[in-house]
Amino acid sequence: MNSKRTVVVRVGGEGGEGTITLGELFTRIAAQAGLEVYSFRTYPAEIKGGQVMYQVRLGTERVHSEGDEADVLVAMNEKAWQECVSDLCRRSALIYESSLTALGEKHHGASYPIPAEAIAKEIAWPMGKNFVLLGALLWFFKLGLERAESLVSRRMKRDLEKNLEALRRGYAYAQEHYPEDFPYTLPLPETPEPRLILSGADAMALGALAAGCQFYAGYPITPATPIMEVLARYLPVFGGTLVQAEDEIASLNMVLGAAFAGKRAMTATSGPGFSLMIESMGVASMAEIPIVIVDVQRAGPSTGLPTKTSQGDLFLALYGGHGDAPRFVLAPDSVKDCYYQIINAFSLAEYFQMPVVVLTDQTLAARVETVPPPAGLWTAPLERLVPTLEELSRGDYRRYRQTESGISPMAIPGQPGGMYVADSLEHDEYGHPNQQPENHEAMMAKRARKVETARKMLADWKMTSRRWGDEGAEFGIIGWGSTRGAVREAMEMLRSQGYRIEAIYPHTLLPMPDAAIREFLQTKKRILVPELNYSGQFGRMIEHRYYHELMAQQARIYPLRKDQGIPFKIQEIYQAALHMIEED
Amino acid sequence: MELTVNDYKSNVKPIWCPGCGDYAVLNALLRAFAQLQLDPARTVVASGIGCSSRFPAFVKTYGIHGVHGRPLPLATGIKLANPDLTVVAVGGDGDGFSIGGGHFPHAARRNIDLVYIVMDNSIYGMTKGQPSPTSPEELKTKASPYGTLEEPLNPIMMALAYDATFVACAFSGQLKEMIELFVQALQHPGFAFIQVLSPCVTFHNTYDLYRNNVRPLPAEHDPADKLSALKLALETEVQYTGLFYRNASRPAYSQLQRQLIEQAGRKTLEDIFNAYKP
Repeated sequence: MNSKRTVVVRVGGEGGEGTITLGELFTRIAAQAGLEVYSFRTYPAEIKGGQVMYQVRLGTERVHSEGDEADVLVAMNEKAWQECVSDLCRRSALIYESSLTALGEKHHGASYPIPAEAIAKEIAWPMGKNFVLLGALLWFFKLGLERAESLVSRRMKRDLEKNLEALRRGYAYAQEHYPEDFPYTLPLPETPEPRLILSGADAMALGALAAGCQFYAGYPITPATPIMEVLARYLPVFGGTLVQAEDEIASLNMVLGAAFAGKRAMTATSGPGFSLMIESMGVASMAEIPIVIVDVQRAGPSTGLPTKTSQGDLFLALYGGHGDAPRFVLAPDSVKDCYYQIINAFSLAEYFQMPVVVLTDQTLAARVETVPPPAGLWTAPLERLVPTLEELSRGDYRRYRQTESGISPMAIPGQPGGMYVADSLEHDEYGHPNQQPENHEAMMAKRARKVETARKMLADWKMTSRRWGDEGAEFGIIGWGSTRGAVREAMEMLRSQGYRIEAIYPHTLLPMPDAAIREFLQTKKRILVPELNYSGQFGRMIEHRYYHELMAQQARIYPLRKDQGIPFKIQEIYQAALHMIEED
Repeated sequence: MELTVNDYKSNVKPIWCPGCGDYAVLNALLRAFAQLQLDPARTVVASGIGCSSRFPAFVKTYGIHGVHGRPLPLATGIKLANPDLTVVAVGGDGDGFSIGGGHFPHAARRNIDLVYIVMDNSIYGMTKGQPSPTSPEELKTKASPYGTLEEPLNPIMMALAYDATFVACAFSGQLKEMIELFVQALQHPGFAFIQVLSPCVTFHNTYDLYRNNVRPLPAEHDPADKLSALKLALETEVQYTGLFYRNASRPAYSQLQRQLIEQAGRKTLEDIFNAYKP
């Protein structure tokens, strides 16, 4: 048996020959058997066809990143091997279509040819190649046939018998020809823990349902669409409404309308759509309407790399828009966190009557992880402050009344006595347009005050940042979002070698959890800031915001930027951290 | 207690120029509200940006004054969030047919049950007189000193082509007819579009033009007859006012939405978690 705690299995082949199906089914079966999973896949830009890759990292305990090297490669064609060869670990196992004879010779580690094509031909089911290979994989990982048979029967009605036959033949072939132990088999738990298998997009959609979301409007855009598709299925069974709007501007305005009318409302989009929404997001700041916007970031300006990942929208989320408009920005850092941060987003939006941007990215939204079933909410969701009918009956209702916290009770259409106009023009306490200099400044201050109120309130909330490692270390890592897994594993390597290092990942980027960050910075001399964008937006923000703290300690920021459309490798973080530590 | 026109009037003074056609539209809508005894707390007026879009501030109902061109998606969100509300979207020709032109076909396609009033003055008034999408050809303004090169849009033709289920045209100079059309539109179960010829006395005064060429639709026109409506909308010598087209049999979006929710049944979060077990 294998001594490793995790194993990376990669499947490569032509799009349209079932490569992804093979990977997804294998992932589910492994998760059913009690292994933890973490998937990663690349999408070709082509609509159909093109080379595709699906990867899953299996673990006997929770898996935090996709891993740097593949231990097992399942090659459906030669290109799969060519594309993957540089990522293979030294003793990798190659499972391949045996007609690709050249592969067996080229590959340095153990190889396991499977005549998938020939078997598929034999059973007169040429589309069944992927199921033959799946069957073989099940044998190698000692996952048995039963789970696969019932899963396939449940999920795929078409050509079921043929696919099952292919699956069994593959399993039998591998069993007969490779009876010895496979070097990468992981031990299975006797009684698997209850787990859900969720993508980040699933987790966000379920989080929205848990938070009481009742309205969603969105426009199809890669890689955010899956959130809409999950909610399209489930919002109606919660009595909610989903509209596919004519564009992103319409999406956000529908969300504004629904939120104004009293519902918890959200949209999800990616960079180009978010850019279109920026003007309307200002209405939520100005007229104080609670809305949630999820930005699933993709790479590059303009159309860029629609199917690739990035953290390039940070400045857009923090500062995008005209006229100095307050908002909140949250950044989940795992699939599980996606669920909770959406609930948090609704809490902040509703309580403070403001726009909340949830920044995720392609890899986080698309990858699948096993997560424990959410048990309750980590904090009670906050409600919108609505005036009572008795308050309204007294007359003189001032929708935008100046208060110490900046929050004023928001009447909902249908409430007698609460009639007001939510105005995108500057307005007075009643909501009436007002251009007076003193009024403008006072209302700007009122709206901005809500962020400060939130900053104070959030200081008591546990999950505004995640901090781990060696407390009081001189070396630190500050990052945000989906890079956390790779950072965590790189730190494990460093610490196992005796280096002392500590990391912090804020979950609210606006407002920043300043107290927590300042405390973290107190002992730091060198701080690595890894991020997936070209200009190092987060590093600049940290440098700017904590300039005095950094100066006082003569501490330095070490930016680590990567903008290739793919996530960090653990090695990249490890090397950069090592370089930082050892630099004179 | 019977509500009067004054019960729907806010204490904010309209910012419009004296003689602006929009005063008549405001007056007509408040009268239509009073005639139907709408509950001000259950009525919402949504608008975009422009002279006419200042409208909600002058009405004592709920209101929302958003960004330029977006009253229809705002109103759609409001109606779907609470189908019991009466929702009226208002705006101008620039707001509705230029910057927000992309929303018009979709509101019609959805047959979302709200009233959409476009106060069409064929000019950008708030920005002081630039050509609009319904300005006549060769119109000279400061922004088009040599005359415009574009043809004007025909909003009634557009609405008919998009299959809006209620299509009407009114003229600010004819209050009684306008009130009547507003009342019918408010009672229509679906998307009701009304173009109001509402002249801008300051930058493009068309009162004389309309006094000469506005005619009621011929008495024999049947609003169920779309071909006849299209033919009359194509007329360029005269400008017809009245109800061009009505189809009350197509179900409204919020009704379909309600049916969809009923048919979908109910689930708990627990049920959904179960669907995500591996």
